[in-house]
Amino acid sequence: MVQSNTNDSTCRRSGVNFVILGLMSLGGCVLMGLLGAVKYLYPEALSNFEFHQLRPIHVSLAVSWIFLAAIGGIYHYLPNYRNLTLTWPKSMHIHFWIFVVTGLAILGAYLMGNFGGREYWAYPPALSIPIFATWIMFGINICLTMKKEKEPWPVYYWMWMTGIIFFFITFSEAHLYLIPFFNENIIRETTIQWKSYGALVGSWNMLVYGTAMFVMERISGDKQMAHTNQAFLLYILAFIALMIGWSHHVYAVPSAPWVRMLGYIISMAELAILAKIIWEWRQSLTPNQKHAHLISYRFIFASDIWVFLNLILAILISIPAFNLFSHGTHITVAHAMGTTIGINTMILMGSVFLIVEELCGDRFAGWHRSWANQGFWISNISLVVFLGALMVAGSMEAFIEWEDFYERAEAIVPMLLTFSISGVGLIAGLWMIVVAAISMLMPAANEPEAIQAGAE
Amino acid sequence: MKGPQPWRRFLFLALFVSFFFYSASVYTSGTALNEGPVASDAALRGQTLFRENNCWACHQIYGLGGYMGPDLTNVINNPDLGPEYARMFIEVGTDRMPDFQLSDSEIDDLIAYLEYVGAAGNYNPKKGKVTWYGTVEYER
Repeated sequence: MVQSNTNDSTCRRSGVNFVILGLMSLGGCVLMGLLGAVKYLYPEALSNFEFHQLRPIHVSLAVSWIFLAAIGGIYHYLPNYRNLTLTWPKSMHIHFWIFVVTGLAILGAYLMGNFGGREYWAYPPALSIPIFATWIMFGINICLTMKKEKEPWPVYYWMWMTGIIFFFITFSEAHLYLIPFFNENIIRETTIQWKSYGALVGSWNMLVYGTAMFVMERISGDKQMAHTNQAFLLYILAFIALMIGWSHHVYAVPSAPWVRMLGYIISMAELAILAKIIWEWRQSLTPNQKHAHLISYRFIFASDIWVFLNLILAILISIPAFNLFSHGTHITVAHAMGTTIGINTMILMGSVFLIVEELCGDRFAGWHRSWANQGFWISNISLVVFLGALMVAGSMEAFIEWEDFYERAEAIVPMLLTFSISGVGLIAGLWMIVVAAISMLMPAANEPEAIQAGAE
Repeated sequence: MKGPQPWRRFLFLALFVSFFFYSASVYTSGTALNEGPVASDAALRGQTLFRENNCWACHQIYGLGGYMGPDLTNVINNPDLGPEYARMFIEVGTDRMPDFQLSDSEIDDLIAYLEYVGAAGNYNPKKGKVTWYGTVEYER
């Protein structure tokens, strides 16, 4: 149960609205992903939408899910589990509503075909202003709140703070093309765009990994695990990967060779972390963890497996000789989807269900629990097929000699059909989880009186 | 001890400062044109059009972008394709690509942009030279 520093429902529900909005974004994201796949395979279907509209909606909703779930967790955990009152509680509500309005404006811009940036931020750059403003508010609020901590900082405080600061930096970098010095050199503009996206992923990884450390500490009850030198070593390596690891995206951009070489060396250093993580993972399988916070534990457990699979792939595609063939193929899509769904989504679902299990107690039962459980298995099994199909399609693109793009595109259609069908399974599984979680996070399901009544 | 430990604070600051120096190097020497071509005004306008029409959602430049359509890095300087080939696609679209209703001068700008990226670099995985230690040397 929540160990709140105050019993009022404002504190208990702190950040929960962000989590609900994040879950809604995830539901929308996977739906748009399916529509995008249909449009890719059958261009004449869905005649009111074009692929270049569907893809940014899908991508933006995925980014929203990751950030909203992580932000919601941080807003929730600090006052409820660390006994730290938010320094600026009102700003959390302002942050939420500005995010909602900005999100709707971005969606409208995409549907009207009004673009400006690219990839994660393909909307007109003016819409970034409210995101900048609310992120500054969020950063000030959280950093000042963590500053009140009387104990030495656990590693997840460092990760959250680093994620917050570096999101601001990378989000700023993604807008440097508005300055002529950057825009007038096309190679510089292209390199920096992808530098910012790579580092952006590093910044959200910091928020997500910090959340994972918090959830694991909470489940195990081991207060020391977030203070060990090893935890900080992982933090430092993740920090360096955030700074430099982006360069495996730009091996083919004609920037200076040292930019690519440095990225290669750092990516290879991750082999050492991989070995360490596998060792720790084997050590962490204790019976207590399997039974306490079962649903939350399962998601974290699943993320561990996806970490191994994705790290192997990430390291492979960081080798320039392999990247030469894999870049620009569906192997890269498998890498992106594997990390966002397999790692980030599983960890964040672990966080969501930690909140659900602690807020709702015994009321998290019946169909809610059953849907979460079944959704977990359906989504993970579908994800195996989903990523497998992408890997086969990507390998065909990379290693077979094709006459032209169109012959290659035609040859991988069966793989993309498999990918789409497994995508339907993935959507079904994730929606079951989303519906189960949202229904438990609505105020009526977890008011203190309701919990007491449920316990009786 | 209250709050972040001093050595960890120092480490964070050291990495933070390193990031700024590293970024500054990427912004300057890492992406200096050196002997590479300088983009014309038309190419820069084409770059903006490429962004504003979200061409990146479907096409790649230097292997970066979406997969609905082909990589366009060397579409102009490929003797089998060339500017007229690209112009035809942009003007009328295909079943996979809408007609963006661009004017002739806008299409010229887009072609100038594509011409620049092809002149500045190559994206043909089959032509990269792989070294024994795993890196690749690209032709510029």
